[in-house]
Amino acid sequence: MSAVVWVPCDAAAVSVGADAVAEALTAAGATVRRNGSRGMLWLEPLVEVETERGRVGYANVAPAEVAGLLAGDLDDGERCVGVVDDYPWLARQHRVSFARVGVIEPTDLAAYRERGGLAGLERALTLSGEDVVREVTDSGLRGRGGAGFPAGIKWETVRTAEADVKFVCCNADEGDSGTFADRMLIEGDPFTLIEGMTIAAVATGASEGFVYLRSEYPHAIRTLRRAIDIAYAHGVLGESVLGSGRRFDLDVRVGAGAYICGEETSMLESLQGRRGEVRAKPPIPALHGLFGRPTVVNNVLTLSAVPMVLADGGAAYAALGTGRSRGTQVFQLAGNVARGGVVETDFGITLGELVEGFGGGTASGRPVKAVQVGGPLGAYLPPARFGLPMDYEAFAEAGAMVGHGGIVVFDDSMDAGAMARFAMEFCAKESCGKCTPCRIGSTRGVEVIDRIRGGVQREANLVLLEDLCATMTKGSLCAMGGLTPMPVRSALEHFPEDFGVDAGTADAVAGEMPESATSTDGGARP
Amino acid sequence: MPQRGPGPAPTAAPADAVRAASVRGIAEELAGLRGPLLPVLHAVLERHGYVHDDDVPVIADVLNLSRADVLGVVSFYHDFRRTPPTAHRVTLCRAEACQARGGEATYAAATDRWAGSSDVELGEVFCLGNCALGPAGTLDGALHARLTPERLEALTAGWDR
Ligand SMILES: Cc1cc2nc3c(=O)[nH]c(=O)nc-3n(C[C@H](O)[C@H](O)[C@H](O)COP(=O)(O)O)c2cc1C
Ligand code: SF4
Repeated sequence: MSAVVWVPCDAAAVSVGADAVAEALTAAGATVRRNGSRGMLWLEPLVEVETERGRVGYANVAPAEVAGLLAGDLDDGERCVGVVDDYPWLARQHRVSFARVGVIEPTDLAAYRERGGLAGLERALTLSGEDVVREVTDSGLRGRGGAGFPAGIKWETVRTAEADVKFVCCNADEGDSGTFADRMLIEGDPFTLIEGMTIAAVATGASEGFVYLRSEYPHAIRTLRRAIDIAYAHGVLGESVLGSGRRFDLDVRVGAGAYICGEETSMLESLQGRRGEVRAKPPIPALHGLFGRPTVVNNVLTLSAVPMVLADGGAAYAALGTGRSRGTQVFQLAGNVARGGVVETDFGITLGELVEGFGGGTASGRPVKAVQVGGPLGAYLPPARFGLPMDYEAFAEAGAMVGHGGIVVFDDSMDAGAMARFAMEFCAKESCGKCTPCRIGSTRGVEVIDRIRGGVQREANLVLLEDLCATMTKGSLCAMGGLTPMPVRSALEHFPEDFGVDAGTADAVAGEMPESATSTDGGARP
Repeated sequence: MPQRGPGPAPTAAPADAVRAASVRGIAEELAGLRGPLLPVLHAVLERHGYVHDDDVPVIADVLNLSRADVLGVVSFYHDFRRTPPTAHRVTLCRAEACQARGGEATYAAATDRWAGSSDVELGEVFCLGNCALGPAGTLDGALHARLTPERLEALTAGWDR
């Protein structure tokens, strides 16, 4: 009997040669199955061989090594990581949304069911919409796209709105650097997202759904389209969801390379076939969303948590986590990190446990200088802040944000002044152009930072930078302009020397600013 | 006959009547979708490699939009290129996570190497979702990891004639 081996089809694994390894294994006579990635990205391509002990993993396999691998040549070396399920880095996590990612073939609906899939939807179909929403509210689930808005409240608004048609839109634009969990979930276990969206539809009375998926993710687009076809063929989607008589149609729409289209109203504009310009709120999308109809907009990870909430009950999910941050969060370790990948754990784990415990410090072996948490609009934090618990409120208090859970690690070669400049530059590039503080302010921000770094009227320009940050924070229509000051200010606060500024001066300037200018959640939070 | 915008009367056949017919076919096929414009533009990109200026009035006509509407959308999004693609395309990530792994050195080397090239187009992108294995980039559309200047050089060695 030929050996059964698993080779990830995840884009990250493919980017380091997984397809060639799979071909070589097939040519060597093995039965190859393709899974998503386990999320231990530094080990990719991670090949797993089925044994009676379980699936045994081999790290960083090259095509030329497959004959040796099958002959057992790698068994005694470090490259063999043992039974993958028991590998400490993985075993220490609490995988809920990612329970099946890397374990099953992504579009194997039977395997999905066998491992608990569709139980949540089946239960939802026996409940009233009101009761489904109550489970989600009770679970404490908050939006994973960045703003942390309670999902149940949003759903209740859509549920009680009257309209000829309602929509469920999944935000899979995942533009933040350092984040890839949406992609890995879709590539590794797309039925979880489809099930979550269908539950949202059942709960709110929506009949149509769209996944807005960025064009930078061609593997995810292919996998999700295939999964949707299979879901239709098996009656999970379509005119009678699991035979309930309830209709739900789902389609994938591909973005076109615009960061701002991750902002929910810009995404809706784009879905309608327009320029991705941000809409003023109110009206809120829950009432006037896609084509002016009531619309649930949630992130991939928010929707992917829903099947478990319904299957096990809201209370079970609420039992996890800390404070007002309930459940698990899928953190992503990225950048200059030794062991990068996906860490799903309960909220409350400290930043340091993630960066050092899981991440193992930098890939370069040099000291960690800073991490940026929550994407390009998130704060830079030095190791002195590694005691912070991963919790929405604790982060907000520290002038930072959890965002989509991405953590980008930098070593001591990082220039924080250059990163602050980049934050402004990125904002200038990706601004939708609708409001002045963001469109013009970001370009002026680049210039002011250049002057500070160049030593031109440094103190006056520091005051100007603070002023500009305050204007952007308070005066921007959305969080693109509203939060760009966060990485800028935090870089200046923690690393003034990278701006050619001594710590005392930076503090004095920040101290002159009114309180509201340094708060992170002005009217601009999405 | 649907209304047309101002402009010269369509006396001569378009520069490329075959292409115009193809674009019209694509637009007609997708016109029934909700919000069809982006799917139509993506399909044109897939079939023809870029959006030609002459495609704009055809798409506008089929979808009952103004030319300005279509052009406005084409110009808003980075993906909708308006010139034919070059023989090879290198797109490198310049976002934070790849910067943390030395991506800017790779970008600088690529700029030096391909400045003024008519065969190779160098582009930038902000995040490809391969943030733990950067510097990331795509070579002729295929995703790659750990793109140091040396590795990029090795992977594209066959490109220079
Ligand atoms: C500039 C900007 C970019 C954003 N990008 C994303 C994104 O890529 N994915 C996402 O889910 N939310 C993104 N958001 C947040 C969305 O506006 C919105 O809050 C979210 O999709 C709501 O879903 P949730 O409640 O499930 O998080 C972005 C917001 C802003 C201001
Ligand atoms: S803050 Fe920037 S991205 Fe947001 S609406 Fe204003 S111009 Fe557009």
